[in-house]
Amino acid sequence: MRPLEAVNDFVVKFANVNGSGSASANAMFAKSFLRMGVPVAARNIFPSNIQGLPTWYEVRVTEAGHQGRRGGVDMMVAMNPQTWDRDVAEIEPGGYLFYDSTKPLPPSKFREDITVVGVPLTRMCNEAYSVPRERQLFKNTIYVGALAALLDIEIGVIEQLLAEQFAGKERLIAANVAALHMGADYVKANLAPLGLRARRADKVGDRIYVEGNMAAGLGAVYGGATVCAWYPITPSTSLAEAFTEFCGEYRTDPETGKARYAIVQAEDEIASIGMVVGAGWNGARAFTATSGPGISLMQEFVGLSYFAEIPAVIFDVQRGGPSTGMPTRTQQSDILSAAYASHGDTKHVLLLPQDPGECFEMGALAFDLSDRLQTTIFVMLDLDIGMNEWLTQPFAWDDSRKLDRGKVMTHDELEAGRDFGRYLDVDGDGIPFRTYPGTHPTKGGYFTRGTSRNPYARYSEEGSVYVDNVQRLLRKFETAKGLVPAPIRRDAAKPTRTGVIYYGSTGAAMDEALQVMEAQGRFVNAMRVRGFPFADEVFEFIAAHDQVFVVEQNRDGQLRTLIMNEGGVDPAKLTAVLHYDGTPITARFITGAMGCALSPAAPTPERRQVREAAE
Amino acid sequence: MTYITKPQLHHPGLAPNGLGKTRRDYEGSVSTLCAGCGHDSISAAIIQAAYELDLPPHRVAKLSGIGCSSKTPDYFLGASHGFNTVHGRMPSVLTGANLANRDLIYLGVSGDGDSASIGFGQFAHAIRRGVNMTYIVENNGVYGLTKGQFSATSDKGSKSKKGVVNHDSAIDLVSVALQLGATFVARSFSGDKAQLVPLIKAALSHQGAAFIDCISPCIQFNNHAGSTKSFDYVRDHNEAVNTLDFVVPREAIHVDYEPGTNTLVTQHDGSVLNLHKLAEHYDPTDRISAMAYLAGRQAEGEVVTGLLYVDPRATDLHEGLETVETPLNQLTDAQLIPGSAVLAKLNASLR
Repeated sequence: MRPLEAVNDFVVKFANVNGSGSASANAMFAKSFLRMGVPVAARNIFPSNIQGLPTWYEVRVTEAGHQGRRGGVDMMVAMNPQTWDRDVAEIEPGGYLFYDSTKPLPPSKFREDITVVGVPLTRMCNEAYSVPRERQLFKNTIYVGALAALLDIEIGVIEQLLAEQFAGKERLIAANVAALHMGADYVKANLAPLGLRARRADKVGDRIYVEGNMAAGLGAVYGGATVCAWYPITPSTSLAEAFTEFCGEYRTDPETGKARYAIVQAEDEIASIGMVVGAGWNGARAFTATSGPGISLMQEFVGLSYFAEIPAVIFDVQRGGPSTGMPTRTQQSDILSAAYASHGDTKHVLLLPQDPGECFEMGALAFDLSDRLQTTIFVMLDLDIGMNEWLTQPFAWDDSRKLDRGKVMTHDELEAGRDFGRYLDVDGDGIPFRTYPGTHPTKGGYFTRGTSRNPYARYSEEGSVYVDNVQRLLRKFETAKGLVPAPIRRDAAKPTRTGVIYYGSTGAAMDEALQVMEAQGRFVNAMRVRGFPFADEVFEFIAAHDQVFVVEQNRDGQLRTLIMNEGGVDPAKLTAVLHYDGTPITARFITGAMGCALSPAAPTPERRQVREAAE
Repeated sequence: MTYITKPQLHHPGLAPNGLGKTRRDYEGSVSTLCAGCGHDSISAAIIQAAYELDLPPHRVAKLSGIGCSSKTPDYFLGASHGFNTVHGRMPSVLTGANLANRDLIYLGVSGDGDSASIGFGQFAHAIRRGVNMTYIVENNGVYGLTKGQFSATSDKGSKSKKGVVNHDSAIDLVSVALQLGATFVARSFSGDKAQLVPLIKAALSHQGAAFIDCISPCIQFNNHAGSTKSFDYVRDHNEAVNTLDFVVPREAIHVDYEPGTNTLVTQHDGSVLNLHKLAEHYDPTDRISAMAYLAGRQAEGEVVTGLLYVDPRATDLHEGLETVETPLNQLTDAQLIPGSAVLAKLNASLR
């Protein structure tokens, strides 16, 4: 078997034990490529546990700039004896196995068709360090140094990253640099470079490398959110924590040192959304961050927000469901429960970011939309976007942009005698005016309730009054159609009657899949939906094609269901391509599944669920 | 709710308060509760208290959950914004509202089902966070709106109208509030307006979590022999520890009690609580002994009422969070948005 050879196009996977301090070393490995101008796509695959269980980190080095997972592993850095067998099995034929060769292993533990690279990491650590914690931590830096030498990563780049990471702690910088060289020197003295090589390029540009949760938390700051009520839940926790950190930095009154924000860790998700609704009712921009189980708990309040028309923003960082499901794995499986949250007839606005850059933009936009539409806006992230660092467009803000507070009747307008009906559709767009509590001594006060009421907010159980009101809510939803981000259509190089619809984190793998298919002469027009309610273009797109794939990351084809239901689309026209094992979808999976469906002999993917091996 | 609005006619004899408003300006819609309901007496007491305090009605936000008690905010302070939220969740909504605008006065009205059963958790957490609010539970020990089921405050051994004996232990909200750190805790009785009105006034002026457990008999479903929340039972077993005279800063304090029988407590806003001691040795500023006293009297079957505890140095959630003085809902774009220059710097750190 010929060893794999590739420059700036390979996958390295790290198998570690969590809690061993490997995360920062692995992240530094990934970042060293970025500093050399070579894009990477990295994914954490981690357990719901703090210490002792297997964890993986996968780095796709990709000069072509693909942001999705590729699938397959060219080089395994096997640092966890617990998962050795499956880690070794996952390596592509011709690939490489990097391991700690301190303790000899029998030949049965290896494979004939791979190149084995052994570095006696434990022995080197034991000789150099006496403190057990140091032995553990520096082992990570040593293997990064060894990998740098094996893969031709510029060592100066890693030294610079270490200097930044430990800025101000000179002793730590020096110790880490020494460990780094210890690993590199061992390789230079004892081993030959591999067929996988890094080479300086200029393909990163001004892009930034950031997690979606952090970007969304920043978006909430720029969106003018002042109240955050949340309850810790993986994978959304770091969103609220990022907001907290950014607020501390950017929202502290420079004169008094006081906070221009209020963040409350609530007792549960119900209280979180309750506080958000209370703050929204009272004219502050408020949000919560949660995941699937939280969405289930918040249903009643979301219905109240819909019916009583109170602004709220929910960031849903989706994870594997149902129930506790796979808390540290990714899925897009809350779309239906968010779109139709709560009992009774309800529909909610969803924003569907595809990467951290859009998490920031839509995170900020959500607050304008919630004030404008006076209802709950869901921003649907997932674990893949939320908790992994992605290469994304730099954050940008137009300083002339003003926060859109929506239709709020002021003291002066009330004083001038303007008619105020809290649920009165004065403009024909379904959106009524509201007043903030405490605005005017005698005018504009009203009673907010989840029961039916007339346009002047008076309790009513009259059928016609109820129907008028819920019809107006539909008009408002129609207005929302023009306010949510428009879908993005991308046509193939040649005319085709085949289309594909997808959203969110699937976008990265889809971009690559479309390129691959086009290179194979398979032409597919693509549409990425970015908001719900769906724009008319989505249904026009479906009408213009004979077959439309709907690619998403859940078992039941939730986006497909939503499209069929909202657009009255013939189910036969929409072919589901579903990936739901908890790992991020790959281009290989998409091209495989769509290829099967496109060839006439194969059964449709609806019946034949394709799963990736060895996940 | 809001079936009928009262005509806005003023009787010429109505006396105006310091704001030039009459008691009538503090009323709401006509109550739809049963005639004789204790809750209507509490609404009347709230109206009286707000009127006597010269509160601008629109500066009060009144929030409630679901149930008979939670309907009542429609029946008082008609010029205030009100929010009839969802069952058991008023405390979180009130907390959020309070975070948004610290300048309004927050009045939460709830019932024993709303606060001791479905909303027990939210009740507890709003109290322990020290939300600046007046939280009144209109406690009748029964589910009225669904026709007579026991609630979590029904005493063990008490009998329902249908003759069923309750075998579950009761939750005593006053004891819970004390344990959780409420800085103003009182119990009263809807049939004792003279006691209730000053308590509400003091609670509205309190700058922290003020809790009033107001026993309010349900004349339909819990006013029979065997009930421990009936008018007769409460009158027979009521033991008031003090009577309260609430004095706003601008008024002179008159003390006409026997020397040694009254306590003056000054609150943050300068208001003075002039307490006439009825129970010997009862000190309403001593939380631990208040809890012990309550437990002892409760074991004797007594319903202790009055101002049970007050911490005049109370702090609230905003102090804990160190929020700015300007209400968060009034901050300007410039105060909220860091701008593009900040992003440029941040971008540079993410490469």
